[in-house]
Amino acid sequence: MKGLPPVLITAIVLVAGFALCAMQFPNIASTRVVGNLLTDNAFLGIVATGMTFVIISGGIDLSVGSVIGFTTVFVALAIERWGVPPLVAFVAILALSAAFGGAMGAVIHVFDLPPFIVTLAGMFLARGASFLLSTESVPITAPVYSTVSDFALRMPGGGRLTAIAIIMLVIVIGGALLLHLTRFGANVYALGGSRATASLMGVAVGKMTVKIYMLSSLLAGIAGIVFSFYTSAGYSLSAVGVELDTIAAVVIGGTLLTGGQGSVIGTFLGVLIQGLIQTYINFDGTLSSWWTKIATGVLLFAFIALQQGLVALARRPAAKRAGAAT
Amino acid sequence: MENSLDPAPSLLEVRGISKSFGAVRALQEVDFTLRAGEIHALLGENGAGKSTMIKVITGVFPRDAGIVRLGGEEIAPRSAKAALQAGIATVYQEVNLLPNLSVAQNLFLDRQPMRFGIVREGEMRRRAKALLKDFGLDIDVAASLGSYSVAIQHVTAIARAVDLSARVLILDEPTASLDRHEVEILFGVMRQLAKRGIGIVFVSHFLDQVYEISDRITVLRNGRLVGERETASLPRLELIRMMLGRELAETTSARASAGERIAREVCASFENYGKAGYVTPFNLELRHGEVVGLAGLLGSGRTETARLVFGAERADRGQAKVEGAPVRLQSPRDGVRHGFGYCPEERKTDGIVAELTVRENIVLALQAKRGLHRPLSRREQDEIARRYVRMLDIRPPDPERAVGLLSGGNQQKVLLARWLATSPRLLVLDEPTRGIDVGAHAEIIRLIRELCDDGLALLVISSELDEIVTYSDRVVVLRDRTHVEELAGEAIDVGNILAAIAADVAHEAHA
Ligand SMILES: Nc1ncnc2c1ncn2[C@@H]1O[C@H](COP(=O)(O)OP(=O)(O)OP(=O)(O)O)[C@@H](O)[C@H]1O
Ligand SMILES: [Mg+2]
Repeated sequence: MKGLPPVLITAIVLVAGFALCAMQFPNIASTRVVGNLLTDNAFLGIVATGMTFVIISGGIDLSVGSVIGFTTVFVALAIERWGVPPLVAFVAILALSAAFGGAMGAVIHVFDLPPFIVTLAGMFLARGASFLLSTESVPITAPVYSTVSDFALRMPGGGRLTAIAIIMLVIVIGGALLLHLTRFGANVYALGGSRATASLMGVAVGKMTVKIYMLSSLLAGIAGIVFSFYTSAGYSLSAVGVELDTIAAVVIGGTLLTGGQGSVIGTFLGVLIQGLIQTYINFDGTLSSWWTKIATGVLLFAFIALQQGLVALARRPAAKRAGAAT
Repeated sequence: MENSLDPAPSLLEVRGISKSFGAVRALQEVDFTLRAGEIHALLGENGAGKSTMIKVITGVFPRDAGIVRLGGEEIAPRSAKAALQAGIATVYQEVNLLPNLSVAQNLFLDRQPMRFGIVREGEMRRRAKALLKDFGLDIDVAASLGSYSVAIQHVTAIARAVDLSARVLILDEPTASLDRHEVEILFGVMRQLAKRGIGIVFVSHFLDQVYEISDRITVLRNGRLVGERETASLPRLELIRMMLGRELAETTSARASAGERIAREVCASFENYGKAGYVTPFNLELRHGEVVGLAGLLGSGRTETARLVFGAERADRGQAKVEGAPVRLQSPRDGVRHGFGYCPEERKTDGIVAELTVRENIVLALQAKRGLHRPLSRREQDEIARRYVRMLDIRPPDPERAVGLLSGGNQQKVLLARWLATSPRLLVLDEPTRGIDVGAHAEIIRLIRELCDDGLALLVISSELDEIVTYSDRVVVLRDRTHVEELAGEAIDVGNILAAIAADVAHEAHA
């Protein structure tokens, strides 16, 4: 491999950024802050894992923010108003979101429509549906919620690794294994390389597309549940614009927006970078939190430029191996 | 009805297949029979319907009518995957595989060795290495496929299909980017498979190869079956007549005499021009009205020389001059500005924009040269497109068709037209006749001569030595990325070129 792979660059940016922050605010380098960072970004880490699969396969999923919003409202209403046991409510919403994703995947494949359009429609649909359920914030008071919120593993140095942070870490690791070690994962990369070629090579492109969007929506559903734990409420306006933060995390993590290359670990690092910027701003106290967006924007731009550079470099025939072109 | 005298049982039977794309009738009631253990060549002009037939058989395109039987049982695969499961493995004409995956993943995509749901990466690499070894390749299979040359990618695609072929192997122009040695290896593998009873369909425009490897030939013309013959009893001229439906006009060498050549003006010259690790510095003069052929094996530096000349690659030493004035060639744009044109070898990755129409593809380079503020009017565009469609006999002759829907050979012609339309002073052609049928082949060679007579300077790369000998005024022979010999006039013949190419091999044998 010539030059640094994008994930390594992301890792370097994260470490350097962390070191800089720690120099200014030594308190940042504590398990307490790190624990909070993981907890605050748990839902983002979960959706971003799903988004990584979608983007590597050459697609995009704009519906995830709305699915999170819908999930929080659905869960809150089911538990608080309809008297459904929380576990049943969770299973129901996960089945529903998986079906929703699968349907989007099927539409994309069968009608050969751009994922951007289909998931944009999905975004409006899910958001609209959550308004239909309830327009106001519904607090959740079920005992499971306080139990789960109180649960945490103590880390040395006084930090707390909360339940939702643990769920996120498990999903990130599981996602990485799925992507890098299984046939499904290899097919995701194949689709991102070229759908037509993958199909000619015998990959069941239709089934794969359905499964990929199903996975993304399922993880968005899980992220929604996690979000409801985090806020102890369901609100139809929650997680507006999260799809964009998610895409940003994926791209900063070194995944090629055009598909075919990327990793879940990179995405996780991308989520941490966004979390770090937010933490820095909180510590500073004088900066507006909109600076997070600006910093993310700058980073995003830098990474896209970097990737274009890398791609151009890889295309140069001079870099070709043995027995190069005639 | 089966012929009772037929020794081998028929393995794949295609009966009355038809397929239309809108108004284009690509296949009309075609029959085709493949026997077990035979190598069957499927031939025809560009656009005759060969690739379409393969895609209909393997379910990539739905068929309009007809039946396909495999081993006596009717099959109707709905996708390449289903065809694979039925035992038909195919290398499609537009192979390409997946450059972003590793070589090993490409070879074993969707059939990786697994344990507990996990891909056994080590085992997969081991098998990939063993598989490629049969094809004489010893490469790092963990590296991404895109980092290797087109030839290696092609061999990988073939190796995958060979490994997958349970009953039938279909190869659509597999040898287009392979050199002699790799073709030899492929043929060896094909013969072995045939011996095991696998039926092989082989599409190619290289008639020498067809005669060397095939047992039987089926010819298509304009989407219809012309006939099926035993290769051994079909004279070449008869075959060409079957393919073209007419006689082929002989192309003879039209080389200028020595006296004429000296009188010609230098169009572009390169002194001590080169790039470290790419091509050893060379001297090259390209004159108006003259064809210079570049000969050599795959990887000998032919394409590299062409790219340096055009400016697609930046030289790190030497001086380039155009019409006597020193110039800097830093990028393809510089090349275009100085009136150079470059028709690359890989039309799929380096040239054709599949979604655009034939007309749009043809005027692309001309428009770029004129600049965006001087757009070509629609009338001019139509005029230019019509002219080249007629001149190169692009079929179907519809300038408004998306290029992606044309047959492979016709796409190649569109690419050629694009550069001709810019009326360049120097045109670099990398394998201009790849994938082009015998009829059009002769046309293109004739065209090359005509362009020359109009004062164009041409630099042509070709692996077909007969062809190079036919049209070149001078031939530069390359070996190991170095220009080793320049032949001119009477010295140009296949024997001399081969001698120059092989010189170091003989040398090594001595050592
Ligand atoms: N997807 C498509 N849509 C519309 N027309 C098509 C499509 N594919 C092929 N055609 C048309 O069908 C005809 C047969 O094309 P095909 O690709 O089968 O030719 P071929 O014999 O393989 O030629 P070549 O030697 O150039 O590869 C051509 O006229 C082509 O333009
Ligand atoms: Mg073809």
